[in-house]
Amino acid sequence: MSDLRGLYQELIIDHSKKPRNFGSMDDANCTADGFNPLCGDKLKLFLKIEDDVIKDVKFIGAGCAISTASASVMTGLLKGQTIEQAESLFETFHYMVTGPKDPQGVGTGLGKLAVFAGVSEFPARVKCATLAWHTLKNAISGKSEAVSTE
Amino acid sequence: MDRAATLDPEVLRRDFPILHQEVHGKPLVYLDNAATTQKPQSVIDALVHYYEHDNANVHRGVHELSQRATNDYEDARVVVRNFLGAAASEEIIYTRGTTESINLVTASWGRANVGTGDEVLISAMEHHSNIVPWQLLCEEKDAKLKVVPINDGGEFLFDEYEKLLSDRTKIVAVNHVSNALGSINPVREIIKLAHERGALALIDGAQAVAHMEVDVQALDCDFYAFSSHKIFGPTGVGILYGKQALLEAMPPCEGGGDMIKYVTFEKTVYNDLPYKFEAGTPNIADAIGLGAALHYVNEVGLEAIGAYEEELLAYATERVTAIEGVTLIGTARSKASVLSFNLDPVHPHDLGTVLDSEGVAIRAGHHCAQPVMDRFGVVATARASFAFYNTRAEVDQLVAALHKAREMLA
Repeated sequence: MSDLRGLYQELIIDHSKKPRNFGSMDDANCTADGFNPLCGDKLKLFLKIEDDVIKDVKFIGAGCAISTASASVMTGLLKGQTIEQAESLFETFHYMVTGPKDPQGVGTGLGKLAVFAGVSEFPARVKCATLAWHTLKNAISGKSEAVSTE
Repeated sequence: MDRAATLDPEVLRRDFPILHQEVHGKPLVYLDNAATTQKPQSVIDALVHYYEHDNANVHRGVHELSQRATNDYEDARVVVRNFLGAAASEEIIYTRGTTESINLVTASWGRANVGTGDEVLISAMEHHSNIVPWQLLCEEKDAKLKVVPINDGGEFLFDEYEKLLSDRTKIVAVNHVSNALGSINPVREIIKLAHERGALALIDGAQAVAHMEVDVQALDCDFYAFSSHKIFGPTGVGILYGKQALLEAMPPCEGGGDMIKYVTFEKTVYNDLPYKFEAGTPNIADAIGLGAALHYVNEVGLEAIGAYEEELLAYATERVTAIEGVTLIGTARSKASVLSFNLDPVHPHDLGTVLDSEGVAIRAGHHCAQPVMDRFGVVATARASFAFYNTRAEVDQLVAALHKAREMLA
């Protein structure tokens, strides 16, 4: 196992203790529930989407430091993004924590998301990091299906 | 003389090769024994010897190897019979584990004996394997599943149990020891009362057999289930004990080879017990390994094991609860080898990862007992679970690692 500090980076600990965008949203027009049956972590995501742009996003739930920080950082990044951009972020994040190592510089150009690169060294924790993102994917795929029905 | 003093964990540890390794540069402290136990050299040797010398199919060949495999497989059954104090070897059915043992009862006895409006009684501290098979049965038969509540300490509420028993109760199924809480249930009294009310009793002994003596005749249980891998034997084999008269009356669960006497397309005559419930080529090697494991446990002695573990658990409880932020989940007066806790505000999963980096293996999660987590209002717990090869020094390492986790994440 690589260094624990590679997993619990300061930014992750900070976000886990003081999660941003934490709380429910009355006027959300898109929500989804995430559940990790292995550990019991639960998460609910609220999105306000207008013209394919994520205007606001919040979450509630109980989880470990990794899943809470991941949801906190994710929600911060999503505001103002289009659905397409959000989907692309999902792919990038997913690849970073599950894909092969990238010695040239894991997470280059990922900004804050790069702090989660260390998760790939802890296979047992990948699900914690991706819970919020999978919940997002469910939420927006439901949404885009609703709007793209031909 | 102190009974626990008759057991020297440092000497016994030499029998377990896996314990002598470093994990992440630290000596391994294996405290996940409720999930699975480690195997002594004698069990590993029994498996190797079987595959190197005796491997053949059982109950078939006239040749020497088949005879040896059959003898060893059946000898192991006798070892299990003696271990449980069963009246006959015919009452010992090999299964894949506790889960399959319980499913065998629900599928065979349950389907034949539980009908519309009947009731099945379980407790609020059951493992999913002693909940879901009964749910499936009750759904199929339109029967009712009732749950005996537990108190805040994680103790079976006997008065509530008495009230929930009715003349529609067909069977009571409870664990002997709770895997999530460590509570030891008063199974003898539970069984006695079930019988007085005309119900049968099944005991899930998965977490009990490695820690205390079990005598199925003294308990008078109708079924008793356990897994080999939780008592220092191989994975993939388990036991269902059932009273002979009950097993005789039960229809077979799976059809195939070995469970038949005579087959025509019109009619099949089933084999005698225990083979009626052992269709197909069984897990021969691991059954023999289970026999070796029980031999080992008998040598060490369950009385000494129980006494030693009781002292170790008391020491661990005292040391872990002294840490700021620790809440124990499961504080029953009678407990065996399980320390389930939370260290506020650290999530059990993070705790598990930090402890692992210190070489300490614990379980973090819901322990396949989600209703228990709901009962205590937590999503998960950290669980240290002990075997006789664990030591006070290892408890100290656990405590040091918990302090490290607090420093890092609290």
